[in-house]
Amino acid sequence: MKKYKDVLFDPIFNNNPIALQILGICSALAVTAKLEPSIVMSLAVVFVLAFSNLSVSLIRKHIPSSIRILVEMTIIASLVIVADQLIKAFAFDVSKQLSVYVGLIITNCIIMGRAEAYAMQNPPGMSFLDGIGNAAGYSFVLLFVAFFRELFGSGKLLGYSIFTINTEGGWYVPNGLFLLSPSAFILIGLLIWAIRSWKPEQVEED
Amino acid sequence: MSHDSTKKIIIVALGVCLVCSVLVSTAAVSLSAIQSANRELDRIQNILQAGDIDYTGKDPIELYKESIKSIVIEIESGRILDESEYTEEIKPENFNIKKLASDPNFGVTIAPENDIAQIRRKPKHMVIYEVMSKDNTVDRYIFPVWGFGLWSTMYGFIALNNDLQTVEGITFYAHGETPGLGGEIDNPRWKSSWKGKKALNEQGEVIMEVIKGLVDLSNTNSNSQIDGLSGSTITTKGVDQMIKYWLGDQGYGSFLDILREEGNNEEV
Repeated sequence: MKKYKDVLFDPIFNNNPIALQILGICSALAVTAKLEPSIVMSLAVVFVLAFSNLSVSLIRKHIPSSIRILVEMTIIASLVIVADQLIKAFAFDVSKQLSVYVGLIITNCIIMGRAEAYAMQNPPGMSFLDGIGNAAGYSFVLLFVAFFRELFGSGKLLGYSIFTINTEGGWYVPNGLFLLSPSAFILIGLLIWAIRSWKPEQVEED
Repeated sequence: MSHDSTKKIIIVALGVCLVCSVLVSTAAVSLSAIQSANRELDRIQNILQAGDIDYTGKDPIELYKESIKSIVIEIESGRILDESEYTEEIKPENFNIKKLASDPNFGVTIAPENDIAQIRRKPKHMVIYEVMSKDNTVDRYIFPVWGFGLWSTMYGFIALNNDLQTVEGITFYAHGETPGLGGEIDNPRWKSSWKGKKALNEQGEVIMEVIKGLVDLSNTNSNSQIDGLSGSTITTKGVDQMIKYWLGDQGYGSFLDILREEGNNEEV
């Protein structure tokens, strides 16, 4: 039982794909200006990563090593298209904000990385959990960054005003830096610092 | 059978492709009806917003059918097309600005010296929405407008009163400007500042400008000036040029001239 739990929860703090492996940074910068698109993006990544790991693992014994990357890529791309279609059908407003970034999940290094590193060697059940775990680790960082960016950048959370901003007669002067991508770099940097101070074993040797 | 034999490779590749293509096409086909309904609803809501028609608590589609009439004009001459002249592509329901602009049969290239809105091509025809009042006369006109900002082409609508001078509303339905800076073109407070401003003078010249900074109310032109958005000089300039382009001779100028003449004749 512990084995399953580790596979599921390890990627959140102990082996976070963004914080420790520094993968998937690009989308973490792009979609985190607001919380809502980040939530939808996270769900899309959970869906794609869990099912791509599951599918790759199911056929892992039959995939010839010479076309292994192509097969993984085809599976991932198909799942991403399905996720994109679902978002366009059921969360249209968010899909307009996410625009190309859902499609770019295909190139998210985490997904390819997990298929190669984990699903090719492990049974389907474990791979599925590994997918959910890693996607949850990714989502945790995404939501963390989006929370602070939306709160300090526009004084809102999920579109509801938390700090009334000055242009609407309130006291809060929004910090424009938080709406720009570099702020996500800074926030991710601070998060990595915090995690590594808490878990010093993650610090790399020089 | 060996794992890396050519036969096995082909079988696996074909199998994976087949399963994936079935999955993708099932999703695309089964969801396309919902998606196009979403797009249509989005378009309608934007037209209603631009026309300053409140649809809270009402069905936007019903309200749209009741209060809005779409017409198609030829941009260059300003002539209104008769419904018998509609082809499949330029019917109001199918009107797709991006597609028509890039189509060699339906679009034209804009000469670089005229292209202040930086859009390079435009359709030969345009669809315009008339907001009808109760006595079945046109209350306002809603014009599609678009122009390039800092990062992206901003697509929107601007509504003019039937005096052909006063702005009734503006809205953007697609853009990729920086959230919080240029993206503030979506800010309801800023959009509402357009209402009541004069976009054109009595002669039909475009006098509206989006300036840098705040409008000085003591200024004689303040009634045709819009506050620039802070931190987004280039987006603001894009909006300014877009309005000048589309309400000017290159855009809906000829159509507005025809309407103005008709109005004058009726008064005589």
